[in-house]
Amino acid sequence: MVSGLAIAGEPETRPAVNAMWNVLRSVPDPEIPVLSVVDLGIVRSVSPDRVTITPTYTGCPATQVIERDIRAALDAAGYRGARIETVLSPPWTTEWITPEGREKLHAYGIAPPLVPGQTAPACPQCGSRETEEISRFGSTPCKALWRCGACAEPFDLFKCH
Amino acid sequence: MPSLPPIRPEDEARAAVSRNHGAFDAPVEEHQRALFDFLLRLGDDSLILGQRLSEWCGHAPSVEVDLSLANMALDLVGQATFFLEYAGEVEGAGRDGDALAFGRDVLDFRNCLLVEQPNGDFAQTMARQFLFSTWQKMLFDRLAASRDERIAAVAAKAVKEVAYHQELAAEWVIRLGDGTDESRRRLVAGLDWMWRFVPELFDADRVSGEMAARGIGADTAHFREDYDRAVRAVLAEAGVEPPADQRPILGGRRGHHSEHLGHLLCVMQYLPRTYPAAVW
Repeated sequence: MVSGLAIAGEPETRPAVNAMWNVLRSVPDPEIPVLSVVDLGIVRSVSPDRVTITPTYTGCPATQVIERDIRAALDAAGYRGARIETVLSPPWTTEWITPEGREKLHAYGIAPPLVPGQTAPACPQCGSRETEEISRFGSTPCKALWRCGACAEPFDLFKCH
Repeated sequence: MPSLPPIRPEDEARAAVSRNHGAFDAPVEEHQRALFDFLLRLGDDSLILGQRLSEWCGHAPSVEVDLSLANMALDLVGQATFFLEYAGEVEGAGRDGDALAFGRDVLDFRNCLLVEQPNGDFAQTMARQFLFSTWQKMLFDRLAASRDERIAAVAAKAVKEVAYHQELAAEWVIRLGDGTDESRRRLVAGLDWMWRFVPELFDADRVSGEMAARGIGADTAHFREDYDRAVRAVLAEAGVEPPADQRPILGGRRGHHSEHLGHLLCVMQYLPRTYPAAVW
């Protein structure tokens, strides 16, 4: 959805832009390395001279690391001319995490953000829905700490945001 | 702002001259000065409360609470970064967010007095957080529609986080007030301490009036009743009477601070002032 919009640029720039998206798909999020920055939905648009990214949380300390990692990956792939710009508006939401990203989160042991109508996440270990919140804040600003009533394992929930 | 007298050009001119005699104020475009002040207020509120909360790191009653307080601190410092960076650009004197955070003296800070109050015990910290986050949530809800696109963007982003802070603090106020005699006693004492600093949150002056009139800021008087109602509803659920009204203490927005802020700044600014070129 986001990438579709961004790729629809001038025809002659499309191969370069597609290649840049592929480079970005190889840049892991520093806090949740199983996700790429594209899975996480923080790459907002790509053009040959500019990549715009958006922070997940206002105080997310990973933001600067992400920018540095993207810079390094673009440079290594020969896209030195592309600036990296941070935009805030419209604010990032967890809905921007791609379906593929949600699956990767679950497989990694982090419950993906709740979808509308859902009140409790399924335990990423055993799949039980008998889960309870332990703390609204978890190991990083984007996660809350939950526990499974069936298998008793604690797990992180990517907070809806 | 019908309650304020109109601002006359000669008043502005006089204020500009007297302000530039201070050690702090750098010359800025006349129309940008109020915006600069306004951004300092927003940024300093978040910065100082973020610093206060981070004092709990490693000391909270449980690891979950420790994480909560540290994460709220992180959110607030993140807000401060955006507001102070922007303030530095508006000022146009070459100061960035770090220079404003670490290079100003106590009299140059524009935060409200509530956020600089000491942590006290956990109940006092939660009383302060509840009173502030409830206000900040209502303010950011309105700033999300600011005519200033950058302020609107930061507020729209941050308000989702502030809603979390408000809910968390309200839950603790209820749990402590509705808990043991000891937790209730401590919560009541914490609310008593913080209560006199609430009126300042709604105090209007030239800067807030000009910002509201230009559609950049928000007239806090418009949500005073909502605020009182929201606070009283949570206190009622906690089974605690609102403290008796005390003589309001004002002045933070003009740089008249309590003694507590200086001590906080000593800790916060020590490293970059001692080693100005230090980098991580």
